[in-house]
Amino acid sequence: MFKVLDNAVPVACWSCAIGHSDSTLFCPHCSKIQPPPGGDFFSVFGLVPTLNLDLLALEREFHRLSRKLHPDRFARALENERQWSLADTALLNDAYRTLKDPIRRTEYLLKLEGNGLGEEHATGNARKDSSRVPSDLLEEAFELNMQLEEMRMARKMGEEDPQLQADLEAARKKYTVLLEAVDGDLRAAWTAWDESDKAARRLEQKKMVGLLDRRRYLSNLVRDVNEVLDAKSLLAVPVM
Amino acid sequence: MAEGRVVGIDLGTTNSLVAFMEGEAPVVIPGADGTNLVPSVVALDPIPADGGRATITVGNTARRALIETPERVVYSVKRLMGRGVAEIQEELKLFPFRVVSDGGQPDPNEIPRIQLGEMQFTPPEISAYVLRQLKRNAERYFGSPVTQAVITVPAYFNDAQRQATKDAGRMAGLEVLRLVNEPTAAALAYGLDRAKEGTIAVYDLGGGTFDISILKLKDGIFEVQSTNGDTHLGGDDIDNLLIAIALGEIYSEHGVDLRPYPGAVQAVRKAAIEAKIRLSSEEEARFDIELPNGDRYQREIPREVFEMLIETVLERTAGPCKQALADAGITPEQIDEVVLVGGSTRIPAVRQLVDDIFQLRPRGKRPHTELNPDEVVALGAAVQAGILAGASETTEELLLLDVTPLSLGIEALGGTVARIIQRNSTIPASATEHFTTGVDGQTSVAIHVVQGERELASDCRSLARFDLKGIPPMSAGLPRIEVKFLIDADGILQVTAREQRSGQEAQIEVKATYGLTDEQVESMILDSFDNAEADFAKRLLIEARNEAATILAAVERAPENPAWTLLSDEEKTKIFVARDYLTAKVQGEEAEAIREAVQLLDLATRRFAELMMESAVTTAIGGKTMEAAGEELGEAISAPHAMAAAEFK
Repeated sequence: MFKVLDNAVPVACWSCAIGHSDSTLFCPHCSKIQPPPGGDFFSVFGLVPTLNLDLLALEREFHRLSRKLHPDRFARALENERQWSLADTALLNDAYRTLKDPIRRTEYLLKLEGNGLGEEHATGNARKDSSRVPSDLLEEAFELNMQLEEMRMARKMGEEDPQLQADLEAARKKYTVLLEAVDGDLRAAWTAWDESDKAARRLEQKKMVGLLDRRRYLSNLVRDVNEVLDAKSLLAVPVM
Repeated sequence: MAEGRVVGIDLGTTNSLVAFMEGEAPVVIPGADGTNLVPSVVALDPIPADGGRATITVGNTARRALIETPERVVYSVKRLMGRGVAEIQEELKLFPFRVVSDGGQPDPNEIPRIQLGEMQFTPPEISAYVLRQLKRNAERYFGSPVTQAVITVPAYFNDAQRQATKDAGRMAGLEVLRLVNEPTAAALAYGLDRAKEGTIAVYDLGGGTFDISILKLKDGIFEVQSTNGDTHLGGDDIDNLLIAIALGEIYSEHGVDLRPYPGAVQAVRKAAIEAKIRLSSEEEARFDIELPNGDRYQREIPREVFEMLIETVLERTAGPCKQALADAGITPEQIDEVVLVGGSTRIPAVRQLVDDIFQLRPRGKRPHTELNPDEVVALGAAVQAGILAGASETTEELLLLDVTPLSLGIEALGGTVARIIQRNSTIPASATEHFTTGVDGQTSVAIHVVQGERELASDCRSLARFDLKGIPPMSAGLPRIEVKFLIDADGILQVTAREQRSGQEAQIEVKATYGLTDEQVESMILDSFDNAEADFAKRLLIEARNEAATILAAVERAPENPAWTLLSDEEKTKIFVARDYLTAKVQGEEAEAIREAVQLLDLATRRFAELMMESAVTTAIGGKTMEAAGEELGEAISAPHAMAAAEFK
């Protein structure tokens, strides 16, 4: 059921001593739990790197593996089995958390393929996502940020500004549509990547790096607008 | 390995229970008195006049002692679990915890010690006595030893609070197989006999903590989507509101200040709790309290007034609910079922609030209250115990996938937080980080781990500081140390590290910011103190020596006090003789002799203490004499009672 990856090296099972591929969670011979395998998150689920995933199937497999690996199943097992169950389940959970979310999945795959996103959690390096403003949005985004600041000030003073309110509502609509467009482009890129050969994939990867940057920028804008507009509506609730 | 029964324990702020799987259903185990609930109250009985051993009582008997000997009783200790001395100052204003301070410069992260009569205990030790009582109840019921347990904790408990709970289990002689989050346990208890699909919310408002958890149920898998809460919000807060009102009115209407009398305050507290409970079923309750001067304080409390009073407390549960929904990525309408847990959910206003938050009535739904809200968590703990024991067919198909309630981060340059594991990640969860050196030849790197959602490390809760040691000396930036952070199934952090260039295992010295060391826990294991006469004697000796150290230190500093100059030479000589006598006795092994010497020194310094007090008081009350001030100060002269801060009006 698990694909034996090209780089898999045979490892001897700690329990029955028969060799197996190093990407298996259980010994295929004696079924005993094994130390965490070395492969990537996709291989945990017996998958090759893919961007379009069947989420229901992924969840089913996550549940099936959880039932077998979870520390609850090893509460009274040997000490080393307990430790491996813990490490294996952590790997399974980390993998599921990453793969079930399409954006995290894309980021992870790009990292696997060597396309750094500048997103490593290196300690101390502040993230630089806001510095890469998509050039076509530069002017409007600047304008929007000014309006948001104006709105925050107005709210603080308890003033109403219907024009500003309308402008922001319009901006919310506009950027939400733009965000949806990016998501559409991303979906197209996933399919293209999944169906391409190695050379064409490289192009798609580059495209996705750009799309992810744009998406991050747009979703931050939408989040900020929502914050300001929704905070406004909260004020309308009569205070007891 | 011992394959005895695994019990499930709900270690609550107000009450605790123990349950187990009897065949296919969880059952609560009653105590010797036939009741299921064991109040989480611990008392140190007065030491018998013949000098025998002090005994600890737990539960209803301890609770009865609250009015007679309040200084020997402690309750709601769960509020102090896993917290440092500096953090609990707010609690001290509202609860009669008598926290001992060492004098000197106390470490703000130090574990508080609570004075009960002649002795001192840490919060995990107090909890251990409650756990031991539950263990004994179970052993009495089974007629065989019980050594393994599942213990529940509030979902929003942080690392230190979880570790403190585990420590308490170990002190009580229990191997804690798993810590389970209370709302999740409740979901397990309900999930046993309910349709096994859908999204449920568990709203758990107990005596001292509030949790909200959102779970997805599918094929026997209970997958927590998100959790939120407040570890210092519960029925206690409602009691404190009522107590403050009663004390304020007693003062303004009868001119009696009850605050310096712990026993009287406890009587008011008892009346407040009774009134609160009555208001859940009736439209009105009344206070009727006899005051020390023979007056009666009588007052009607209509439910309306009560509900207005507690509105702000209840409102504090709404924010966490909304955050949990947002984190799960769902709207209130997508919640199929709501389960109510905890005694405070009996309050009609709480049910109304839950109804509003989750839009239940418009959808023709009602929250689930079929299982007793006081027992449901213990029942769920028993189910989890059954899962771990692997003994029952009912539990074979069940699996709980819980999450970590708080994000884990490391302090980066400039004091910001680099988040490495996000809140609501399914546990076990892990993150791997790489560290290097900043200076040539550097052989250790310090890492500060924090828990919380804020941007600055100083606003989050410090979890531990690690020193990665034994890094081979290399040029700055060359070593590559891989550190693996792993949150285990109990929600507790484990850390391992490796230097990758040399392939050397880096040594880690983990210093938890809050909490007991392994050795301390070992030394607090109850049976060693409770069952063995020799250990008890040793403990008395340690206590006596501590007492001696305190008074000797005070005498050492005495000449610096202006009052010292008022003593005659004869008085000073007496003090020095008594001091030297005590210093000699401390070297010995006899607790009794040390105690005696302490008393002698105390006697010799009495006049000095009076002089010191008088000068201090004179300063404080602006020149009035001691006699004139005496009446106003009454008995409260020594130290304000911990209740004193309850605000009047």
